[in-house]
Amino acid sequence: MDPIDQAHQSREWLIESCRRMLLIRHFEETLIGLQNQGHFAGHYHVYIGQEATGVPALSCLAPDDHIFTTHRNHGHLLARGAEPGRMYAEILGRRDGYNKGKGGTFHIAASHLGFHHTSGIVGGIIPLAAGAAYAAKARKTGQIAVCLIGDGALEEGAAPESFNIASLWKLPVLYLCENNGKYGAGRALGAAQSFSMAAYPLTDLPKVYKIPAQQVDGTDALAVYRVVSEVVGKIRQGQGPQFIETHTVRWPGSESNWPVVPVVTSVDLAWDASAAPEKFRDWYRASDPVLAFIRKIVEAGAATRAQLAEIDAQAVDLIDRAAKFALASPFPEPQEALTDVFA
Amino acid sequence: MRELAYYEAKLEGLREILAADERVHFITEIATGFLGLSPHRVHFRQIASSFPDRVIAPPISELAFCGVAIGAAMAGLRPIVDLITASFAFEAWPQIVNEAANAFYMSGGQTRAPVVFHLLHGLRGAGAAQHSHSPQAMLWNCPGLKIVLPSSPRDVKGLLKTAAASDSPTVFIDHVLLFEYRGSVPENDEAIPFGQAEIKRSGADVTVVATSLMVQRSLAVAERLAKDGIQVEVVDPRTIVPLDFDTIMGSVEKTGRVVVVDECHQSCGVAAELVARIAEAGFDKLKAPIRRVVTLDVPIPFSPRLEEFVSPSEARIAEAIRAAAR
Repeated sequence: MDPIDQAHQSREWLIESCRRMLLIRHFEETLIGLQNQGHFAGHYHVYIGQEATGVPALSCLAPDDHIFTTHRNHGHLLARGAEPGRMYAEILGRRDGYNKGKGGTFHIAASHLGFHHTSGIVGGIIPLAAGAAYAAKARKTGQIAVCLIGDGALEEGAAPESFNIASLWKLPVLYLCENNGKYGAGRALGAAQSFSMAAYPLTDLPKVYKIPAQQVDGTDALAVYRVVSEVVGKIRQGQGPQFIETHTVRWPGSESNWPVVPVVTSVDLAWDASAAPEKFRDWYRASDPVLAFIRKIVEAGAATRAQLAEIDAQAVDLIDRAAKFALASPFPEPQEALTDVFA
Repeated sequence: MRELAYYEAKLEGLREILAADERVHFITEIATGFLGLSPHRVHFRQIASSFPDRVIAPPISELAFCGVAIGAAMAGLRPIVDLITASFAFEAWPQIVNEAANAFYMSGGQTRAPVVFHLLHGLRGAGAAQHSHSPQAMLWNCPGLKIVLPSSPRDVKGLLKTAAASDSPTVFIDHVLLFEYRGSVPENDEAIPFGQAEIKRSGADVTVVATSLMVQRSLAVAERLAKDGIQVEVVDPRTIVPLDFDTIMGSVEKTGRVVVVDECHQSCGVAAELVARIAEAGFDKLKAPIRRVVTLDVPIPFSPRLEEFVSPSEARIAEAIRAAAR
């Protein structure tokens, strides 16, 4: 069966999703360069390898839905249409950042896109998402809340406490748990027992609280779209919370705490990974969700390699201009530190 | 003028707030709602039954239900969340101090979290070490939270109204031993703005700056000392964030003698901060060393004899005022 037909996806959706995935990829690759050149301080986390989760999943939402995300937020914001220049400016602590330089990489908020509050505390947003869902239900707005967490967040007590409340009160909330742990820090392994989580599969946890839960391959954009769109429909019908665990293979570039870019992603890389250093080649060949999506689109005849290469070049150009915008943005005036303490 | 018991004014305020704004939801343990273990808690049930969709009983999950209230506030509601005993706030500490307090600032002014956390603080009698905390000083160390400490029937109602209308997360810290006090509460009274201290009693000799239950305790001491010829002025900040420092300093300049009375532990307590600010701003106005009467730096013991010994008692307040007046 043709996987693209199965997903009932239009050509426009495929091309737009591909464009956003490439935008995220190049955003992160360029960001790593900015860090290595000393343009910003502090620890940060990149979304490389998870693009095929965030982009299709967030395309299932309505414009006014509430989204809560974490330290690994860059891909989510870009998937939703955030301006890469203002994101870079925030990460670089500049005046034109989304948060006026007061948040940084861990806390990028864009309220007009539904990102009210991005927490760098593992598990910090889990109760907040339930709260936004509570407000939507109380006000009968039809909105839902989406809680984007990693597998490690399930180790926090906030997770079971919030699952219990969301289930008891039938709150319209989607828990999208991106399990990127397979070959990385080695936390929750999903289907197998790990050193840090006795429950496995991880979907057992929400199921204890009677929250329907399923697993999906997070490197397969069409599979993610199918599952998330179906589940979002159920939440909007008033069926209460839902939980999805996505599996991705950790990008070996972020195996250390300070990522490196072994090769700049390109459309050609989808068919010939020899440009990648040997240590990284297998990941680009077998586990890179962006390259897999590019191959799928071309093989299905939805676009040619040349057309996708043009889209890729546009993404590179957009990111290049975004970085220049951020680097040209001034640092905030020191007195800015004293504003926005109280609303 | 109409006189009400403190608990009556507090419940009247809550009822009027719920009736006036349907964005207000009240998350509480229905059996104790708002009044802790006070026998008057039965009166809360009438409010709960009047607003069945907006008075919500959560599981015993302080971390999650405070987070739910904060998230709901970010999405357009104005929740009041009742933690009952202030010590229970520690179970929700990450959400109160690391999410709610930071939300507006960290988002660069994009996201408001208009939530009210209600706590009953202090030595309530036989609370022992785990049910007697006064976390207001710890919370004062978390910029982004407004902190309210009412002490009279009129204040509890008026300040509750302002808290419910505040666009910033607000910690409303009450004391169960205030509930029986009676005082005038005008009909259709206005909300009381934050950051307006009230001089609860005028006097020319010694300034007492006191908060919460310590205001009433200091007023009782002041009446007795007046018979001995010491005229005490009692200043009640009513909110410590924002703090009306001008009114405090106005009194300090008048008397030149200061006692600060507060129920936090001594080290880094509310009194410690007030004393530091008064000393910085008005050292040349002082005629005697500033004194503070606070809870001794030990966990709160159970036995009534021991609890009385560590508390800022009337005897210790009187002793400090006499010493300051000399």
